[in-house]
Parts: sequence; structure tokens; C-alpha cells
Amino acid sequence: MSTRAVEAWTLAPLQRFVEEAAARLVLLMTPAGQVMAQHGFSRAVDVMSAAALGTAIVASTTEIARQLHQPPFAALTHQGERHGIFLAGVATPQSRVVALVVYDLDASSAGLVQLFFEQLATDLRAASPKEAASKQVLAADFERELNDSLNTLFGR
Amino acid sequence: MTAPAFARALDTVTRVRGVRGAMLVSAGDGLVVAEQLMEGIKGAAVAALAGSLANRLGRAMEAAGVGESVFWHLQGSEGALLVVPTASGVLVVAVAEPDVNVGLVRLELLRAAGEVG
Repeated sequence: MSTRAVEAWTLAPLQRFVEEAAARLVLLMTPAGQVMAQHGFSRAVDVMSAAALGTAIVASTTEIARQLHQPPFAALTHQGERHGIFLAGVATPQSRVVALVVYDLDASSAGLVQLFFEQLATDLRAASPKEAASKQVLAADFERELNDSLNTLFGR
Repeated sequence: MTAPAFARALDTVTRVRGVRGAMLVSAGDGLVVAEQLMEGIKGAAVAALAGSLANRLGRAMEAAGVGESVFWHLQGSEGALLVVPTASGVLVVAVAEPDVNVGLVRLELLRAAGEVG
């Protein structure tokens, strides 16, 4: 299974997490759904769907928390029959990173994923560039940049 | 079973001299159900790794045709981990000093496992 990153600083922490937590699929993305790194996906359409759905869940739960006058939920775990899903955010010096993790129940567990996610959060905070690169995104560049990101994520 | 009942089940284990803490862990997902631990013991980490170990050990024992596990004792240089799985999928876990009376801890773990079910 391949691990690839658009944001190079996320690669080493992600590789370590995948190995330790025995995760099957992982997406690291911005709260807007822009993918920073991925592990285990083989098709771009799956990455885009998972990113859109993951960030939509984060947005929904954040709004529920706001209506309950609570801080945003730290993590969300869903356990299915054979797979589990773990969704959580990490605040880094540069930006907030949302992680979507899918794991097989016969290879990992919610406890293991939660445990090693704490290490991933620490590693991401340490590896993150301290200042955000301010870059103006132009409409004309958007499609090219999207294609470049997908090419990087799938090694094309 | 209620939270106070879980606490009572763990009480009998932690009263044994040399036991640093006791926990009930959901074996399937490796999460803490109840815990009574001394400061410095990482409960979530012990639970996650004990759950993972229970899963793999169960498969190994099944493959070996030796039936279900009843008790495990992992001896380390600076301590010991003692575990009794229950029929309901909860692990009763004790973290102990290296020279703890293993027989006594085992008895108390089995008693706690009987209460937890």
C-alpha cells in the first residue's frame, strides 16, 4: 500500500502512524477538504469522495457542538462489522488538519488507533512549518493545482 | 452492571500487595471500561495494547486447538501484566510489581471476572 503526500511535512508522521496503528486507509486534509496526504487509496475518485464526506461530518459535528455551547468534538469513532472509522482534527502551527482513518477490526482497534493518533498529532505539530505560506489561489490555477495534487497523491 | 459495581470488582484486585492498578478493558476495541491505576500508568495505552494482544492471542490459541484463554501473565523486568478474559468480552487487567504474588492476583482477577461476567 502506498503512502503519498502533497504536503511533504506530513509524510513521515503519516507513515509512522500507518505502521503503528495498522490502518488500512488514511486521509490527512484541511477542514475544507483539500487533501494533504493519503495512504491506501488507489483511485482519485475515492479520495475525493472520502475527503468530501469526512469534512462534511466534521462540519456537521462542529455545528452540533456549537449549538450545544460546547467546544468542537475531539474525535468521532464508528465501528462497523469488519471495519472501523476514526475521524479527528489536529491543530498545527500552520493550520488545522483533519484525519480520516479506516481500520480493519481484525488488524487494529479503536483503542490502538486513538492511542497512535495522539502520537500522530504530536508528530504533525512538530513537523508543521511554523508559518503558513501565503499564496493567492487564482481560478486559472485551480484546475492545474488540483491535477498536480492528484498526480502527487497517486504517483502519476 | 453499574459503574460502582465495576469499581468494587477492581477494588479487590488493587488491594493485593504489589498491584499498581487494575482495569476493565473492552477486548474488541481496546478501550477502558473502568480503571483504578496509580499515577504514571498510561491506562489508555495499556488498554489498547492488551485488547490487541487478546485478539491475536485468541486467534493463536484457536489455531493451536487449545481452547479459549483463561489467564495470561506477562512478566517484565520492572513489572508484570496479568489478564483474565471474561465471556462478555471484557478483560480484567492487573498491572503489578515484578515480585507480586501471582497466585493471589490470579485468584482476585478470576473473582472479579466472575462478577463482571
